[in-house]
Amino acid sequence: MDDVLEINELDALQARALQELEAVNDEAALQAWRVAHLGRNAPLMQIFSRLGQLPKEVRPQVGQRANQVKQALEAALEERAAALRAAALRRALESERLDVTLPGRRPELGRLHPTTRTLRRIVHIFAEMGFQVYRSREVESDAYNFELLNMPAHHPARDLWDTFYTTTSGVLLRTHTSPGQIHVMRERAPQPIRVILPGMCYRYEQISARSEIQFNQVEVLAVGRNITFSDLKGTLNTFARRLFGEQARTRLRPSYFPFTEPSAEMDVECFVCGGKGCTVCKGSGWLEILGCGMVHPTVLQNGGYDPEEFGGFAAGMGVERITMLLHRIEDIRYFWANDVRFLSQF
Amino acid sequence: MKVPLSWLKEFVEIDLSLPELAYRLTMAGLEVEEIRLVGLPMPAEAHEFKIEGLSWDPDKIVVAQIEEVMPHPNADRLVLCRLYDGRETLTVLTGAPNLFPYKGQGPLPKPLKVAYAREGARLYDGHQPGFVLTTLKRTKIRGVESFSMVCSEKELGISEEHEGIIILDDDAPVGMPLVDYMGDAVLEIAILPNMIRAASILGVARELAALTGKPLRQPPLPPFERGASIEGRAAIQITDPDLNPRFVLGLIEGVTPRPSPYWVQRRLRLAGMRPINSVVDATNYVMLMLGEPLHAFDYDVLLTRAGGKPPTIITRPAREGERLTTLDGVERTLEPYMILVTDTAGPLSLAGIMGGLESEVTEATRNVLLEGATWNPINVRRAASALRLSSEAAYRFARGVHPALAPEAVRVCLAYMAAWSGGRVAEGLVDAYPKPPVDPEVHLSEAEVRRWLGVSLRGEEVADLLRRLEFACQVQGETVIARVPPHRLDIGEGVIGKADLIEEIARLYGYDRLPETLPADPLPQQRNQPLLQAEEALRDVLVGLGLQEVVTYRLTSPEREARWLAPAEGDYTPPDYVRLANPIAPERSVMRRSLLAAVLEVAERNARLSERLAFFEIGPVFLPLPGQDLPEEPLRLALVLSGVRHLPAWDRAEPPLADFFDLKGILEEMAEALHVPHWRIEPASYPSLHPGKSAVLYSGERELGYLGEVHPLVKARYDFGPAPVLVAELDATALLSLVPERFEVQGVPVYPPVIEDIAVVVDESVPAAQVESIIRQAGGKMLTRVHLFDVFRGEQIGAGKKSLAYNLTYQAPDHTLTDAEAAQIRQKIIRRLEQTLGARLRS
Repeated sequence: MDDVLEINELDALQARALQELEAVNDEAALQAWRVAHLGRNAPLMQIFSRLGQLPKEVRPQVGQRANQVKQALEAALEERAAALRAAALRRALESERLDVTLPGRRPELGRLHPTTRTLRRIVHIFAEMGFQVYRSREVESDAYNFELLNMPAHHPARDLWDTFYTTTSGVLLRTHTSPGQIHVMRERAPQPIRVILPGMCYRYEQISARSEIQFNQVEVLAVGRNITFSDLKGTLNTFARRLFGEQARTRLRPSYFPFTEPSAEMDVECFVCGGKGCTVCKGSGWLEILGCGMVHPTVLQNGGYDPEEFGGFAAGMGVERITMLLHRIEDIRYFWANDVRFLSQF
Repeated sequence: MKVPLSWLKEFVEIDLSLPELAYRLTMAGLEVEEIRLVGLPMPAEAHEFKIEGLSWDPDKIVVAQIEEVMPHPNADRLVLCRLYDGRETLTVLTGAPNLFPYKGQGPLPKPLKVAYAREGARLYDGHQPGFVLTTLKRTKIRGVESFSMVCSEKELGISEEHEGIIILDDDAPVGMPLVDYMGDAVLEIAILPNMIRAASILGVARELAALTGKPLRQPPLPPFERGASIEGRAAIQITDPDLNPRFVLGLIEGVTPRPSPYWVQRRLRLAGMRPINSVVDATNYVMLMLGEPLHAFDYDVLLTRAGGKPPTIITRPAREGERLTTLDGVERTLEPYMILVTDTAGPLSLAGIMGGLESEVTEATRNVLLEGATWNPINVRRAASALRLSSEAAYRFARGVHPALAPEAVRVCLAYMAAWSGGRVAEGLVDAYPKPPVDPEVHLSEAEVRRWLGVSLRGEEVADLLRRLEFACQVQGETVIARVPPHRLDIGEGVIGKADLIEEIARLYGYDRLPETLPADPLPQQRNQPLLQAEEALRDVLVGLGLQEVVTYRLTSPEREARWLAPAEGDYTPPDYVRLANPIAPERSVMRRSLLAAVLEVAERNARLSERLAFFEIGPVFLPLPGQDLPEEPLRLALVLSGVRHLPAWDRAEPPLADFFDLKGILEEMAEALHVPHWRIEPASYPSLHPGKSAVLYSGERELGYLGEVHPLVKARYDFGPAPVLVAELDATALLSLVPERFEVQGVPVYPPVIEDIAVVVDESVPAAQVESIIRQAGGKMLTRVHLFDVFRGEQIGAGKKSLAYNLTYQAPDHTLTDAEAAQIRQKIIRRLEQTLGARLRS
């Protein structure tokens, strides 16, 4: 049977087609090959069309063989096409290669002012302890800024604040956010209070790297029937650890403010040097971050709370000072200069 | 307050190291700001204090004696000293002028005790300004070899004094290391305003004794000679006991003012005072020691003024226009709130602040009348600040000195005066004490201690703590009754006294020992704060839209604001401002009325630093209200946009400049993101804006503020480049109040839309907003989106016309819209545009 002519022809046809396919290197050649070997007029197809004329006994054998060849060519075509596609993709990817080290095209995103960032952190930490924001005016009366805070006229403690007065007698720019204590107490008495009072304050000072005429302060105030110095300690330590890190050591040092008693300053261990002493902490290992104390009975009374029944604690901190510590900013004048080279770093 | 350690140790035993001592004092409210070593060795242990100064090497710096002062063979301004340092006799070269009187006198009958430094000693360089460390080296000066020296105070770090060498007191033991003889350290303590009682060596010692439990002791007085009684030698008249609660006089006769003993001078210098003479030094010494300021009068001057009769001291308020020349030589005009010490001839001194020149103690003074008095703190404070006079006395009296201190201080001072200046101390004192204060008695219960401090202390424990500070305490049941000791005025009565005691208890118990708790008190009702939330949301939106937040000075000047507020053309009258009475500078003299003026300044300053300027600020302005003391402080939002729309990149070199529509887009997106209801932007004019490029943002009928391009004439007042400057200023209080706490959204449609474009030709004068509004009205509910995608002008459509091309979306919520339905809506829209605006459809 080996000498059946068509079988030999089919074998030769397959060999030739596959050999030609080896040389096919692009889509056009591939199409040409397909037309030549699998198209309507391809020799293989002509064998199919001649099948009916073959002797009956060889017909199945030739038919089977022709189908095998067709399948083999189709499979080879598909494989070759896939290889060509893959090669084309490879070439395309290669040609599209970018210098990814060129700078990106940035959308314009603004930044918050550093003071806003710090204020938000402080507000957030205290909010989780139940302290809500209360705001009050910046141009204040002498009564709210001093007198009701236990500093009558000519009280020596008034020397602690260099004050801007307005041309209206008894009206000044608040030197601290503490007037807000009286406002909120008078509004809420005898309800318990837990608020923080953020806002701009003013001091009559020469502007320098270390002092500014306006600065943000955040005051903390808790009033209730059962508010203790230990609560003050716990609350402020929680705050300090959240702001400066869980490892931050703190200490309370006795101090004096006319509107609190006992009064204290809170120091946090210098997180720049870890307490060893550096230029940031001026060699002391400690950074002063806030003043605090138990609300003075006179202040409670002026706020409408009976000091025999109610107690409270208060604390005050400078937002720019804390921002300076957190970001190692050396000059407080950066804050209101609003130079984009400073602001864009936040 | 500068506290020499050696002096403190006379009042209380100290077995703590310097850092420990500083720590204990600091943690008790006596903050040690700095420690200056004056001879003592640097503590080896780790510490948290600033410790500076000089340690004296015990081998190299010793007490020596000069036995003879000889001329230098080649130099008139130098001398050679024969000196014995305990080991050997040497020749030392020096230029100290205070040795010149001894030059060439042969062996001195009484050798001079000096501080002697051997070769290799570490000292401060006496010839350089400030304190510069140097090591003593062998050298040759004018042909004479020198390898050691006798020291000045500056060289040893005691003071700045370098005029001559130190001449020690005669009892200094030759050969003894100087550090053992007079090595010291000075604690610089910050005295809190309510702790003026600690502004003395005794005061600090008392606190330290309370902290350490060591007994407080009084150093013995020096021996002195007594004279006749003071009786009949002087009288006192107090006209107002509220101004002058006590006045005590003592008398010493036959003094000779001279330099004080060296150890006294050294102590005064270490404590920050200048030695003057042995009479004046005694008053200062005792003030530093006991805290009671004293004043010495030349008794003979007073006698003369009284016409030879015993003087009567009268204290009274000054009369209007009265004058006094104080001992600094300045003639001062006085006010009625200033208190005077006078005699029958007129004013003698400014009470509690400064003495008068005439009755001052001089070298010629022989008899001294010594005043120890107490003054009203408020009057002293007012007078000192009005006259801009600060003195150690005024500092103490302005904070309150207890009248009980006066007689003891006068007695002690007279003893030192006699010991250092000779003379006899008159027996007794003249003491006018019309108004002794009642030292308060405070009741404090255990429950109160617990309520304030959160720690449970028994009555006896509380009493023990207070007794350490010399409170007289009784415990009755759970209550401590504490009588305030007669040296302090800072403890009040009633509930204030309780708070004062609580502070003392907490201080002595130790703040660091108190527990740490979170408040157990009920949490107050928590409230929503929509305005604050909206404000922060507004910040986030604007930052997301590419604007940098700034915070500017709220103090400005009318001139600065006029740059923005004055209209482009025409007259301008500055508005009413909140004005400062004491501005720091003319350009910071009022509170701002315009937030935008401040943000424009920021943009101007940054104009050269950035090609794209995009800033905003949210903050108050200050508007005086007629008839009211306090201004209104509404919140404003200001925006400034200028320069390129985007920052240039390597493949987009010249981005377009931002214009009106960039700013408008930001405001539109802001209004949308905040869900401001019924917002719209309409043309308007504003005096400082370009008349054709300005608009107003409304919510409903409420005007929220303006936006637009800065008028070219206004822009010319600034240093901006050629790019247009776009600005907006909104009433943030109003804007934020409109931000809803909740809002509703539309479902996502399920049926497919019909989308088509139409182009409408209208007159140039027809605003686009009107066209869109008509399209929306006519389109009804099915028209879900109107998007203007092109504006075209050209010959094809004719002069004075413009073509607006819209992309319209029709959609039904409940079915797929048919072409016929869409066509119907479209026809309606076109008909309405034709009828209302004379528009025609462009095909």
